[in-house]
Amino acid sequence: MLTLIGVLIVIVGFALRFNPLIVVTVAGIATGLAGQLSMEKILTTFGESFVNNRYLSLFILTLPIIGLLERYGLKKQAQALISKVAVATTGRLLMVYLFIREAAAAVGLTAIGGHAQMVRPLVSPMAEAAAENKYGNLTEKVRNRIKSMSAATDNVGLFFGEDIFIAFGAILLMKGVYEENGIVVEPIHMALWGIPTAIAAFIIHGVRLYLLDKKLQKEAAANDNSNQNKSA
Amino acid sequence: MIINLEYVYYIAGLFMGFIAFLSFRDTTNPKRFLTGTFWGLFAISFLFGKLIPPMIMGVLVIAMALIAGIGGVRMGKHEQASEEQQEASARKMGNKLFIPALLIPVVTIVCSLGLKNVQIGGLYLLDSKNVTLVSLGVACVVALIVALSITKSKPVQSVKESRRLIDAIGWASVLPQMLATLGGLFAAAGVGKVISELVSSAIPVDNKFLVVVAYVVGMALFTMVMGNAFAAFPVMTAGIGIPLILQMHGGDAAVMAAIAMYSGYCGTLLTPMAANFNIVPAALLDLPKYDVIKAQVPTALILLTVNVFLMYFLVF
Repeated sequence: MLTLIGVLIVIVGFALRFNPLIVVTVAGIATGLAGQLSMEKILTTFGESFVNNRYLSLFILTLPIIGLLERYGLKKQAQALISKVAVATTGRLLMVYLFIREAAAAVGLTAIGGHAQMVRPLVSPMAEAAAENKYGNLTEKVRNRIKSMSAATDNVGLFFGEDIFIAFGAILLMKGVYEENGIVVEPIHMALWGIPTAIAAFIIHGVRLYLLDKKLQKEAAANDNSNQNKSA
Repeated sequence: MIINLEYVYYIAGLFMGFIAFLSFRDTTNPKRFLTGTFWGLFAISFLFGKLIPPMIMGVLVIAMALIAGIGGVRMGKHEQASEEQQEASARKMGNKLFIPALLIPVVTIVCSLGLKNVQIGGLYLLDSKNVTLVSLGVACVVALIVALSITKSKPVQSVKESRRLIDAIGWASVLPQMLATLGGLFAAAGVGKVISELVSSAIPVDNKFLVVVAYVVGMALFTMVMGNAFAAFPVMTAGIGIPLILQMHGGDAAVMAAIAMYSGYCGTLLTPMAANFNIVPAALLDLPKYDVIKAQVPTALILLTVNVFLMYFLVF
């Protein structure tokens, strides 16, 4: 029971808004001590896992490129570009992106997209510009809703596409866990059984994007009305 | 192999080292020494991670957490191009600006598919165990060179611009790695066994539907706490999945694993612990911290419900 103390520390630490790095460190040490690991073993596990997981931080390599391009007007150009596409609405644009992101991840091309690479420089400015073209200036609240939906669309597309790809880490992890427990499963079967959920994810999020368009339209209409009332 | 994943880490290390150097010199930052030390330690983990004894590395990792915890990682001041400058430059450069950004995914894909099995003199060109990550490193270098030549900038300029982005993300850029580290400690301390005993005592295990609910929802909840479905999967599968669904009720292993992992991902959409997916993008997009999570709540909850029924009908 005592080994669950780490879980408790994480929940409480986050709820109380302590710095997450500190919370995680304290939770790790407490779990180790409760599991009767020596301090030496705990420190070694910290060091080893951190070094083994350095790949999770490789996104920083994209920042010099994105930073430079932003200085030279990348965001402005994305907005100029979408302003030429007359049919694009915010929701439809994000639906197209959701499809591309999920389909690409399903064939192992997870590098298409990403928050630092695609959402910040391209997708979000384009989605905002699509709404601006239709409804004029956006309030900060509406703009933030579009931005967060852009990021959410990237996540949903990536998560529910990638497990269909057999060489992806998750499939390899499942295989590994089963093998440790003496169960043999073909990776391709696990990948195929991911498809029903992948389709469900696309439909659910797609409908939400359709509803986002409806909501933007409704709010813009309401704004127009109140403006007219003021002038009248 | 000729291009090793370790080389990509060296590039990241040199880059972070330069960021640390710039932070030390930034007199507009009241905590410039602590900020510089934080990025410096991060640089060291990239450059010398394999050389430093794990125990000492552990101490350095905890030191980074402490610096962040006492508010030692702060933003400096950055020279930024004005809106007008950006617009003028965008008109001049046009769509050429997209080329380097698109080169990152394109070169990554081309390398990881096209150069996967290429050998020169009997050696693999790319690290065969980490083809995608090595390709990403190669792609970033190629894209940076193209970006520098298109914009006619000096390399220093790109590092200065990226410091603006890195400062905005701050300590959160290290959080994903710290969470994975916590997963390692949970595994070493045997957290999974305890969960199994707990669940068996809490629900009537002969009810198939309730067992499925416990496993699917458990994956999501545990992922929320851990911030990582990969860390939750071994714990929940050893604790609930294998003993109750597979062995007791004779479920199908492939179906169970696939849907369980996706249920974990529903949890990933809901938690600030999955910092690289939920908190980092909020910072990148100048959004309030939890806005991305809020946008994801409906999709995640509906999908999780769908998963319960998918697993119940498909696994048995």
